[in-house]
Order: sequence, then C-alpha cells, then structure tokens
Amino acid sequence: MSAAPTATREVVMRVYRGDKDGGREVEYRVPVEPGMVVLDAIHWIQAHRAPDLAVRWNCKAAKCGSCSAEVNGKPALMCKSRLDHFAADEPVSVRPMKTFPIIRDLVTDVSWNYEVNQRIPPFTPRKNAEWKWLQSDVDRAQEFRKCIECFLCQDVCHVLRAHEMKHQFAGPRFFVRIAGLEMHPIDGADRGEFLKDHAGVGLCNITKCCTEVCPEGIHITDNAIIPLKERVVDRFYDPLQWLWRMVTGKK
Amino acid sequence: MSERYETHEHDVLVVGAGGAGLRAAIEASAAGASVGLVCKSLLGKAHTVMAEGGIAAALAHVDPQDGWQTHFKDTMKGGSFLNHWRMAQIHAQEAPDRVRELEQWGALFDRTADGRILQRAFGGHTWKRLAHVGDRTGLEMIRALQDRGVHQGLDVYMECTVTRLLKDGDRIAGALAYWRESGRFVVFKARAIVLATGGVGKSYLVTSNSWEYTGDGQALAYDAGAELIDMEFVQFHPTGMVWPPGVSGLLVTEGVRGEGGILRNSKGERFMWKYLPEARRGEYAADEAEARRWVEASVEGKQTDAKRPPELSTRDNVSRAIYTEVKEGRGTPHGGAYLDISYLPAERVKKKLPSMYHQFLELADVDITKQPMEVGPTTHYIMGGMRVEPDTAATTVPGLYAAGEAAAGMHGANRLGGNSLSDLVVFGRRAGAAAAAYAKSLASAPRVSDAEVEAGAREMIEPFERSSGESPYEVHRALQDCMGSLVGIYRIEADLKQALERIEQLKSRAAKVRVEGSRMFHPGWHLARDLKNMLTVSEAIARAALLRKESRGAHSRLDFPALDMAQGGVNYCAKKTASGMSVAATPLPQMPAELKALFDAAPAAQKVGA
Repeated sequence: MSAAPTATREVVMRVYRGDKDGGREVEYRVPVEPGMVVLDAIHWIQAHRAPDLAVRWNCKAAKCGSCSAEVNGKPALMCKSRLDHFAADEPVSVRPMKTFPIIRDLVTDVSWNYEVNQRIPPFTPRKNAEWKWLQSDVDRAQEFRKCIECFLCQDVCHVLRAHEMKHQFAGPRFFVRIAGLEMHPIDGADRGEFLKDHAGVGLCNITKCCTEVCPEGIHITDNAIIPLKERVVDRFYDPLQWLWRMVTGKK
Repeated sequence: MSERYETHEHDVLVVGAGGAGLRAAIEASAAGASVGLVCKSLLGKAHTVMAEGGIAAALAHVDPQDGWQTHFKDTMKGGSFLNHWRMAQIHAQEAPDRVRELEQWGALFDRTADGRILQRAFGGHTWKRLAHVGDRTGLEMIRALQDRGVHQGLDVYMECTVTRLLKDGDRIAGALAYWRESGRFVVFKARAIVLATGGVGKSYLVTSNSWEYTGDGQALAYDAGAELIDMEFVQFHPTGMVWPPGVSGLLVTEGVRGEGGILRNSKGERFMWKYLPEARRGEYAADEAEARRWVEASVEGKQTDAKRPPELSTRDNVSRAIYTEVKEGRGTPHGGAYLDISYLPAERVKKKLPSMYHQFLELADVDITKQPMEVGPTTHYIMGGMRVEPDTAATTVPGLYAAGEAAAGMHGANRLGGNSLSDLVVFGRRAGAAAAAYAKSLASAPRVSDAEVEAGAREMIEPFERSSGESPYEVHRALQDCMGSLVGIYRIEADLKQALERIEQLKSRAAKVRVEGSRMFHPGWHLARDLKNMLTVSEAIARAALLRKESRGAHSRLDFPALDMAQGGVNYCAKKTASGMSVAATPLPQMPAELKALFDAAPAAQKVGA
C-alpha cells in the first residue's frame, strides 16, 4: 500500500468561476492529504474560501455520475481524479463540461440528455416470452447498464462538442442505452427508424473518444455503436435483407 | 394566491426520486393522479444508486426452503423485535412480486444456472435471498424505475429543494420549494404529498451518505406536526473505507462478506466468532473449515449443510465488533479491521464485486484480489423516521405519506442488509396508491395560505440579509463532530446530555449564519437551510437515545448494556410542541397470535457485544 503519510503540501487549483455571461479561472491554494481527489479540493474550497462555488456531486464513489468536469482539459469525474496523479508542482485546472450550456461555475445544463432519453422507444417485452435466460445471454446488455449517466461521453463526442448537432444526434450515452434495450433477451421493440432518423447513429465516425473517457470502462464504440450501425445498415441498406423481409414479412 | 411565485398544481406531489419516490410516483400516476416528482439532484442520482449488495425477497430460487415467513422472522429478529410487525409482514409477502416487477420493467438481474434471478447471502438472512446485479444493484433498480417513470408521463422537477410543507388547517395543501439553479421560489399545490427523502447521514462526519442526506423529510414532517419514532436507531454499517482520508466512510458492500469475505484484526485473528450473540451462535459455522465449505458451495451454486460464516452476523453486531477490536488495540494501521476476499479466484471477485475492485484500486491503491481491505464502521442508515400506517404509509398528518428510509417501523432497531431496496419498492408502491386514493377522495382542493408561503420565503432569504455571521459550513462541521463523538456507536448518558447542550448552541448559531452573493446555484445557501433539518433530526436522535436506557439493535448504551424487556414494548416518539421537542414512550403494536406462532420460542435475551 502506498499509504505512508506525506508531508503537508499545497496544490494550486484553478477553478472556473462564471456563468453564461462569462467568467475566468480563479486560483485557490489547497492543502493536500494523501489519496485526495479533485472533488475533495473543491469541497475544501467551498468550506474555507468560496461557499458559493457551484458544483454537482452526490456519491463521491464514482457510482452516480454527478461530478463530471474537465480536469486539466480532460473530461473526468472529479471524485475519481487523484491529485497525486498530476505533477506535484503544477496547477490543476477544473472547468465545466464544454458541450453543455453553463449554469454556474462547474455546473452545466444537461437537461437535453433527459429530453433525448424520453424519446427512446422504451423496453417492450415480447408477448408470451419466457422470463428465463442464462447469464451469458445478459452479460452483454449488463455492460451497457453499468452506465452512470455522467455524460462525459457526450461531452467529449465531437459530433456534439464541435459540430453541435444535438438536434439530430443522440450521442454515445443513448446509443449505450439503446444497445442495452436492443440486446435485452426478450425486448421486442423496433428502434430501427429511431436509430437512423432521430438518433443519427450514422453520424458517428468511430473515433472512440467516448470509450476513452468512460469511467465505467464500457466499450461504447465497439460493443454498442458499431453493432447498432450494423443493424441500421442491414435493415435499410442491404438489398437481400430487404427482399427477405418483403417475402417473409419479418422485421 | 401568491401570484408572484411560479406555481404548479398536482393531485400528488412526491418529494424525493430514489427508489421509494419513483415507485410511489409510478403507482400514483398509474392510478390516474396527476403527479409531480421533486428531487434535490438530477434524476437518477439519488442515494438508491449507491446501493450495492442486492434486494431481499424470498423468491427461493437458490435456497428452496425460503419463504415469506422466514424472511419475516429474520427481519423481526434483526430488528430486535421493535419493528412494526405488520410492516415486516407486508414487506416479506410483497417483496418477491416487486422484484419480478422490476424485471418486467427491464432490470437485468444476475442469473442462476437454470436462468432465473440469482440470489446471494447477506447478514442476518437465513437463506440466500438477495437478488442482485454484481455490486451495483441500486443503479439497476433506479434506471428501471426511472425509465418506467419518464415514459409514464410524470412531471419531474429536478434540482428543486422543498423547504416547507404547507397546510390548510390540519391537512396537507402543498409545499414551498426553490430551484437550485436560479434560487427562485416555487409553490406546489398538492392534495397529497409523499415524502421519500431518505436519511440523515450528513449529520455525522464519517458517513456513506451524500450531501442530500440531511433529514429533510423527517424535519419537514416534524414541523408540520407529524410524529417521528425510533430516531435513536442509527445504523453504522460495519464496512466503510478508512483510508485514504478523502474516502473515509465510503461504503464497502456487505456483498463482500456475502461472497465469503473474512474479517481479521491486526494479529490475524478471525474475531467475529467471539462476538456472535449466544442465542444465535447455532446459526453460524462452528469453525473455519465449515465456513470455508459454505463459501465453496456458494461459489459453485450448490446446496450445503454447512452454516454461514460469522461475518454474516447482523450489521449492528459486526460494527460493534470492529469498533471494539480497534479500541482494544487490535486495529489496522488506519484504525479499522482487515476484510479479505483475496483467497477467492481473482476472476470471481472481479465478476461479483466489480465496483469494489475498482473503488479500492483507483482510490486506495489496493488490489482486493491480492490484498485485504481496511474497513471500519460508517454512518449509513436511520431505522427511525416518520410514524406511518403500515398498509397505507400514511403519517399522522392527513394527506402526508412517507416511504423508504424517511419512514420508520419496518426495520425496528436494526435493518438487515438488502431489506432497504425491497422496503423502497414495497412501501413506495403502497404510499403512491394511498396518496392517489386520498387525493381523489377530497371533495375540494385544499387552499394554500399566502401568509405561510411568504413566511417560508422570508425565512430562506434571511441568511443573505445579515451583515455578519459565520459560514454554514463551520456550523455543519461542528454538528458532525458532535454527533460522531457523542451520539455514535456506543452511547452514555453524560455524552448524550452534552450533545443536547451543544445542539442547542448550534441551533442558535445556525439561525445566524450568513451567506453572500447570488442565489444562483449557491451551495452555501443550500446548506444554511439543510442545516436546520439536520439539527432537528440530530436533536431527535440524541433525545430518544437518552431516553432508551437499554442496548437494543443499533442503539448501544455503555451504561445500560443489556436488553430491557419493558422497553422492548415501546417506541420513543418525537413530536413538536409549543415548548419545543417532546419525546415520549408510546406502546409498540403487538403481533397477532398467528405470527407469534411462527417463532419457535420467545425471543431470547440477547447480550449486546457479548
């Protein structure tokens, strides 16, 4: 265990303070304890320097996905970002997620995500399905259900971040959700058109940025997005499959 | 009417969007009520998301001997027979249906070899009873409920904090709240309100609870005239992280012990055998070999005649054991006990306890497949809360309902692990149904009083108007120190009296805190209000703890170390009076004969920590 107590040192935190009208990074010197994470430093600042520093957090254990921010430019959960993983003599910058409109300081307006979620055709069990399945049948879908909705994948995705295509692209988080529904052993809903026309799965060009930032280690691109792209291609663009559906009447 | 404030009107307003609140909202909405769901955080972030080990229900998929009667008996025994028998009965009977319902709503539980919902062992449960998804069961549950709810058409008010319940005469008429984002006030007119606001852990320094757990529901209801019972029973979960400091108190799931985790002290002794209550010793493995056989059978998914390891004693008992080992000088370097699962195959550990594996690796540099964890007690749950009617979840205030951790009675003096998630959905559903029926039964909508709204808004603005005063963070920290050191695992009269004196002083300090700046997303201002709730529940905890002159379940008095049969027949009940908080004994509802007959013998006296 690397748990030996270390001498008290300070870290310089550069925390973004501002709202929709603008803002700037403000410096705070924070005493460092062993094992301390960025969120601990933010809490110290709230308690000792700036009680009005706005931040979202809940579990502090990487289970709720509330404390998403950009730490030294990288989308990350503040509760999982260890200060001792950064260079000891360099400041640590903490900024709000860029893809979403700022409310105040580190808090952004993520309501768009909830609107997208509501439009996804919900879980629809097949009629007369037997509610029995093997663990191996659900391993894949369970991977997607690990998602804690931190929206870091949405934050980093260039379709949303650089091209601002929120109106036609659901983003990695919701491809993960849809994949979880599609791969549920007894779900029978048809999300093909939704994926193609509303969720815009075709717009993803598989740069895997989302996979890299996922704190849950979900293989978003390989296991969720690519299989969904294949489903759309098979469904809408494969002439043999189209003919087969015409003959059999199956989707 | 207060036209100057944004106003919404619903038949049923549900406060809190964890498992209980979501389930209540879904049920009320299904009954045709218009439902508003208010929560302090974003939807899906409530404390339920942190529940790890599983949801207890006598499905009997793994141990076919199980049934609701055994679950009922385990719950009553775990609660030292202070539970409301009817709640424990309803819970044991309905939990299996609620688990199947979650599955029908899309939850994907781990499976048995024959394709059914898998169940694991937990402390105090006779049989393997906890349906689970690795060690992230709460997340699975809240997503299933959240998705069900949003597609059903609930109006969700996220990041909105209720500061006052509004009444029309005796009955509920609505609530005053503020938007966290803007700091603006919002008035909810409602015929019925369900409080599902969770617990009170933030009154303590070392806790597994998030910032939201400030006793809002208990305090709001108390101010509105409702009764709080069993407040002295605060559960200290035996296994919180103790190192590094930033994660101190963070939960280590009981699932670790359910999967075979062994507790040892710094001398390498497996100490739990020493602490098993004599009356229940026969329910546990007699030695290391038998405990090992139980674990091996469990890993292979086979039946065994071996009894469960002593680490699966109830939480109150394991917490006291660890506390005592540390106090007597046999603690780990950071003041805890060792919890070891590294003797199992690494792949098994990673599959069944993935979040624990990552949590320790990333936050403490400990690989739990190779090294033991350091763990110690952490404030986790409150058994006490609002007194409710078992069948309807109605509080003593007409139109006010409560479910989940905010309500009391179900768990008695100590809650069994896994019984909380099931409590949420069993009583969340009942609260939602009863609130919707009550709302429908009212001939006319209750009226919200302008004066009450104005008084509530004024109270909220005050901290901004003071020209001097300390920061709410300072007062909060002082309260946490007070509760942790004086109203913790072991209690004694002098400490409790001192705690009450300090709480009085803290109340005056809290009334004078000052905040500066804008009302937009201002955590210091939010804390200034939450602090009042924490002080109310802390006072109730300390007062009830002072009155209960015995040791029972999670309440351990050094000056009264034994059970007292007479006090086993009462709940201590806190109520607001003109002269402040009154706490008095009220009789415990008596179990009917047919349920009594389920127990082989009368409950044997159980010596705490013996």
